[in-house]
Amino acid sequence: MNMQSLNLDKRSATTTQPPDVRVAEVPVAKLIDISKCIGCKACQVACMEWNDLRDEIGINVGSYENPRDLSAESWTVMRFAEYQRENGDMEWLIRKDGCMHCADPGCLKACPAPGAIVKYSNGVVDFISENCVGCGYCIAGCPFNVPRISSIDNKAYKCSLCSDRVSVGLEPACVKACPTGCIQFGSKVDMIARGKKRVGDLKERGVQTAALYDPPGVGGTHVMYVLPRGDAPERYSGLPADPSISPWVAVWKGVSKPLLSAGLGLAVLGAFFHFVTRGPKEEHADEEEEKQ
Amino acid sequence: MTATVRVTSKGVPRYSRNERVTHWIVTITFFLLALSGLAFFHPAFWPLTALLGGGVWSRILHPYIGIVMFLAFGLMGLRYWRENIIQPFDREWGKRLPDIINNRDEGLPEIDKYNLGQKQLFWAMVVTMLLLLASGVVLWRDLTAFPVAAIRIAAVVHALAAFVLMLGIIVHVYSAIFWVKGSMRAMTLGTVSRSWARHHHPLWYRRVAGKE
Ligand code: HEM
Ligand code: SF4
Ligand code: SF4
Repeated sequence: MNMQSLNLDKRSATTTQPPDVRVAEVPVAKLIDISKCIGCKACQVACMEWNDLRDEIGINVGSYENPRDLSAESWTVMRFAEYQRENGDMEWLIRKDGCMHCADPGCLKACPAPGAIVKYSNGVVDFISENCVGCGYCIAGCPFNVPRISSIDNKAYKCSLCSDRVSVGLEPACVKACPTGCIQFGSKVDMIARGKKRVGDLKERGVQTAALYDPPGVGGTHVMYVLPRGDAPERYSGLPADPSISPWVAVWKGVSKPLLSAGLGLAVLGAFFHFVTRGPKEEHADEEEEKQ
Repeated sequence: MTATVRVTSKGVPRYSRNERVTHWIVTITFFLLALSGLAFFHPAFWPLTALLGGGVWSRILHPYIGIVMFLAFGLMGLRYWRENIIQPFDREWGKRLPDIINNRDEGLPEIDKYNLGQKQLFWAMVVTMLLLLASGVVLWRDLTAFPVAAIRIAAVVHALAAFVLMLGIIVHVYSAIFWVKGSMRAMTLGTVSRSWARHHHPLWYRRVAGKE
């Protein structure tokens, strides 16, 4: 999808600033208030409807989770975790999983294909599939284990935050479908305010562990959670407590790129100037040799 | 290689037909790998994906070409490892490095078929090829499925090993084509001149020529 008014904060494998002059664009965010989620999966259905996706029909494995994992055809899935407290009480922790739309996206940092991943100025991270080469580096770069490579076309896919809908002023399909108002959409500033207010309400009602999930390790995210168990995000099917881009990815895509490239260039120059200053080791003809 | 070769007016045999073919397979596959790999490494090199028919084809073909290179190099490794064991006279030779670089080759310690630099490059190639193969297989999403943590480490190892190998090859190519005149025909015709052999590899020359 190429929009005429493309305004990009970041573009994969691009060393200069992409078009980004429309400074008045408002950063957006989706707020998922887990305390209101009933696990109905209307969002999952809305996602496949709007994006024309159909995953394989799975089998029941004794959990509400279906499909079991994100895939190239399932850009959001509901995770159902059963957590047993020390006193024997159960906690049933449901989380809508999918791309978090990181302000500092590891997928984009890792991607080698120019323009295969972009971050719009409104914060949405989008895969431009026609530029994708299917290397899967984005999977290695993502701290949330989100992108998936399709077995049909070998391109990477993930939630687009309905960038096509958002660009024309609509809310994402999952937001529209959610029957409880658990998923909300608006400017990031508004969503933070709303999230904080909700956390306050929950605390007032005795949920002392409630917290807003907007992890600073990835610069904050444009998909945020209100977590009743904000003290232990991992309990929600492994939501990382303090996600950040892996140091291996940072080395690989950070210092090593310019340093090693310059090293190779210098080696070639070094050889060239050795030739110019020292010249070759000449070879004597065999006949001359014999005479000496 | 062995003492059975015959020094003729055409020169001193250094590489057989099979050895030359293997070497050029490694060379061609190396360049395809290095250039397609660099395209993935830094955006500045992305246009090099055109070499293999675009980004997607580069992604698909690079690992297969890597396997071909690894197998061909494996043959070279088995053929040459003995001759690349570093000897005391190599270390003596190495101490004269500043003179060698400045082309003051008079009175250098006598060495065998390979000099210290060639031997070091040989072992560097053995190590980096093994690292490239191991990490490359981990990165090969088409056929393998390793955990993300392993893939992250493999990406760094692959890029570093490729860098070391490419540095080595830059020196190798420069020496063979530009610096040490008379080397190239060893890999094209298979022979070197007697003068070249005596100057650069006297122990080897006497061994194969059985004279002096
Ligand atoms: C030994 C067999 C080899 C295998 C199996 C292999 C495999 C791979 C794979 C699967 C990738 C991921 C990207 C892609 O699919 O194109 C890759 C990337 C790469 N390869 Fe190889 N490769 C091998 C040898 C080499 C050699 C000889 C070089 C260069 C001298 C090289 C240089 C690179 C570079 C620079 C990258 C990009 C790494 C990055 O993005 O940081 N590879 N290789
Ligand atoms: S969650 Fe993963 S896929 Fe989504 S923007 Fe962040 S790094 Fe990219
Ligand atoms: S799979 Fe596609 S989107 Fe992911 S890193 Fe590779 S080129 Fe970029």
